[in-house]
Amino acid sequence: MPLVNKGQIVSDGFVHLADDAKLPSDGAVLVSATRFLANAESLSARNSPVGVIWPNNRSVDELAPWLDRLAAVALVFPTFRDGRAHSQARLLRERHHYRGELRATGQVLRDQFTFLLRNGFDSFEVKKDSDAHAFAEATQRYTEFYQPTGDGRQTALERRLRQRHSESANS
Amino acid sequence: MYAYDEIDRTLINERVSEFRDQVKRRLSGELSEDEFKMIRLMNGVYLQLHAYMFRVAIPYGTLSSAQLRKLAHVARKYDRGYGHFTTRQNIQFNWIKLADLPDALADLAEVGIHAMQTSGNCTRNITADQWAGVAPGEVEDPRIWAELLRQYSTLHPEFSFLPRKFKFAITASAHDRAAIKVHDIGLRLHRNDKGETGFEVLVGGGLGRTPFIGKTIREFVPGRDLLSYVEAILRVYNQYGRRDNIYKARIKILVHELGIEKFAEEVETEWLQIRDSTLALDAAVVEDIRSRFSYPAYEKLAPMPDELKQAAADPQFEAWRTNSVAPHKVQGYAIVTLSLKPIGGAPGDATAAQMDAVADLADKYSFGEIRVGHEQNLAFPHVAKRDLPALWRALDKIGVATPNVNLVTDIIACPGLDYCSLANARSIPIAQELTRRFANHDTANLIGRLHVNISGCINACGHHHVGNIGILGVEKNGEEVYQITIGGRADENAELGKLIGPAVPYAEVADVVEDIVEAYLALRERPDELFIDAVKRLGVEPFRERVYATR
Ligand code: SF4
Repeated sequence: MPLVNKGQIVSDGFVHLADDAKLPSDGAVLVSATRFLANAESLSARNSPVGVIWPNNRSVDELAPWLDRLAAVALVFPTFRDGRAHSQARLLRERHHYRGELRATGQVLRDQFTFLLRNGFDSFEVKKDSDAHAFAEATQRYTEFYQPTGDGRQTALERRLRQRHSESANS
Repeated sequence: MYAYDEIDRTLINERVSEFRDQVKRRLSGELSEDEFKMIRLMNGVYLQLHAYMFRVAIPYGTLSSAQLRKLAHVARKYDRGYGHFTTRQNIQFNWIKLADLPDALADLAEVGIHAMQTSGNCTRNITADQWAGVAPGEVEDPRIWAELLRQYSTLHPEFSFLPRKFKFAITASAHDRAAIKVHDIGLRLHRNDKGETGFEVLVGGGLGRTPFIGKTIREFVPGRDLLSYVEAILRVYNQYGRRDNIYKARIKILVHELGIEKFAEEVETEWLQIRDSTLALDAAVVEDIRSRFSYPAYEKLAPMPDELKQAAADPQFEAWRTNSVAPHKVQGYAIVTLSLKPIGGAPGDATAAQMDAVADLADKYSFGEIRVGHEQNLAFPHVAKRDLPALWRALDKIGVATPNVNLVTDIIACPGLDYCSLANARSIPIAQELTRRFANHDTANLIGRLHVNISGCINACGHHHVGNIGILGVEKNGEEVYQITIGGRADENAELGKLIGPAVPYAEVADVVEDIVEAYLALRERPDELFIDAVKRLGVEPFRERVYATR
C-alpha cells in the first residue's frame, strides 16, 4: 500500500508492530492503542520515534498527555463511509495542537484527499496505486473553500470581506 | 434571490469537473460500483428501478426563471420531458443516463444550481419556508441564514461521512410552513425579550421507521453563533451517532437514547470550545451575504385594484383566488401558489413545457422568481394584485391553477413503487384515485383544509406520519396493503398521526379515505372546525368505528 507523506510517495519509515512482537531497540515503530497505553511512559521515553494507531471509537483526549512525545498518530477509516476519524483529526490538531505526523489509514481513496488534508492529515496510506499517483491532481482540484478548519485556508466568507474592503479602499 | 459570485461559481465548476472525472473512472472500471456508490450519492444520483435517478437541490426553495428554464432543459434533453418536485425542495429526474450526468450538471452550474449533497450521509439541501422574505409578520428573511448554512455545509471536510443523512429546515414565521419539527435540526428565527434576533434550535425530529418530533435543545442561539452551535451538534453526532445499524443511525435515535438533557450537555461543552473561533459570524459577514440577495423594487399599489373587483364576478376566478392567493407583506401584492396537483395527476410532477411557461410567467408577473414548497407545489412570491386575473388565465391554460391548495386533493406523495427501488407499494396511483374521488371542487371546499400524505414504504418520503390522513404502503404476503393514520400534522403544532386500525388492501384505500371524510363531515361541530381539530377533539375511535364497521 503506497504511503503519501506531505504530498510525496515515500517508503514507510515506521514498522507496524504487532502487540506480541518484541520492541526493537531502535527504528520507528507504530503500535496499537492498547499496547501504547499499557506502556505509555516507557514507550514515549524511547529514543526512536513511536507512533500509535488510534481506533475511531475512542476519545483522542486520552492521548493528550503523550502528544508532544508521539511521532505519529494513525487514525482509522474502517470504510471511507465511517467518518469518525475526521472529527478526531480536527480535535487532535485544533484542540490539542498536535504537530506530529497525522496519518489516515484504512479505506483511503482519492476522493477524500482534500477533506483529509483540510482536517489536518498530512500522511495517507492509500488503498490504490493510481490514487496515490493522483494525489497532487486530486488535492489541487479545489481552490475555494466555504468553511474554516484548522488548515488555515482562507474561507469564501473571509475572501469576500477582504475583496469588499479593498474595493472600498480603491473607490 | 441570492446571486452567485465568482467564488460560488468556481466551486461549483470544480465540483462538476471532479464528478466528470469520477464518472469517467467508473465507466472505465477503475472505480467499483461500491466505491462509486458513495461518490454518486454525494451528488444526488441513485440507482432506481428503471434507471439512475438524479436529484437537484433548490436551496431554500428559491428559483430564478433562468434556473427553472434550465431545469426544463435538463428534463427535455437528458430525461423524458418532466421532473418531479419533492418534499424537500428538490427536483428529481427519473430517467437519466450516467454518461450524460456530467453534462447535465455542467448545464445546471451555468445558472448556479447543483446536486451536491442531495443524497448521501451528509448535510442535505437546506430547506426553508417557501414564503420566506414575503410572508407578513416574518421576523426577517431566513434565507440569509439558510444560504450561510448552505455554504457552511457544502463539501464540509469533517461532516461528509456522518452516520446518516442530515436535514435542516428553517423558518422565521410563527406559522411553520417548513416542517422544522420533523428535521434533524429545525431552526426558528425569533426575537428574544431584548429584541435581539436569534434561533430556537430543535434537534432530533424526523420521520421514517422511528418517527420523532424534534426537541428544543436551545431556546436562543444568536446569529453570530449559529455555525459554531451547528458544528458542535454535528461533531457530537459524528462521534457518537450509531453506525452499527442503519435504522438507528439518525441523530433522532442518539438524542432519544441519550435523552435531550444529556445530549444538550455534550453539545454545550463542545460549543463553548469553539464559540469564539473563526466560526463566529461577525455582522459584516452576514451583511455581505445579505447584500447578495436582491429584492424586487415594489411599486406603490392600491390594496384593492379595479381589475380584481371586476374579476370577482367570475366564480371560477374567485374560487381560485380564495384558495391559492395569500397575503403579501407589501400592500397591493400577493403570494400565489401554483398547484402541481391536477386531478388525476402525479403529485409534484411538471413537464418541461410547464416549467418553461411558468418561468415566462414568473418574468412577467413575479419579478422572475419562483418558489418551491415542501407540499410539492410552486409559488410566485411577488404578484401585483392587479395582475391576478391575467395570471390566473395563463396558469389555468398550463394546468397549474387547480384551486385545491391545502385541500384533500393537494396530496403529498412519494414516487413509490412506480419508480423507487425501496418501495413496498404504489403511492402515485393512490393519489390519482383520491383526486378523482374528490374532483368536485365544491365538495373539496366543503371539506376544507385536509392534508393527505402518502409514502410507498416506511422511509416516509411522503411524510405520511404528519399527514392529517397518512397512508403508508407496506407489503404483506406479497400484496400491497396500506396502514392509515389520522391526526398528524407538520406545522408548529406538529404531531404524529395515530393508526386507525388494521391495514387495508390497495383497492380499498380510496373508500377508506372517503369513509373518514364522511365521518368527519357528520361529526364536526361547525363547518369551520377543521378535520385536524375534529380528530383532536374526538380521538381516533369514531373514525375507526366508521371505517371498520362494514369491513
Ligand atoms: S417512502 Fe419509500 S417508496 Fe417512497 S420514495 Fe421513499 S423510499 Fe421510495
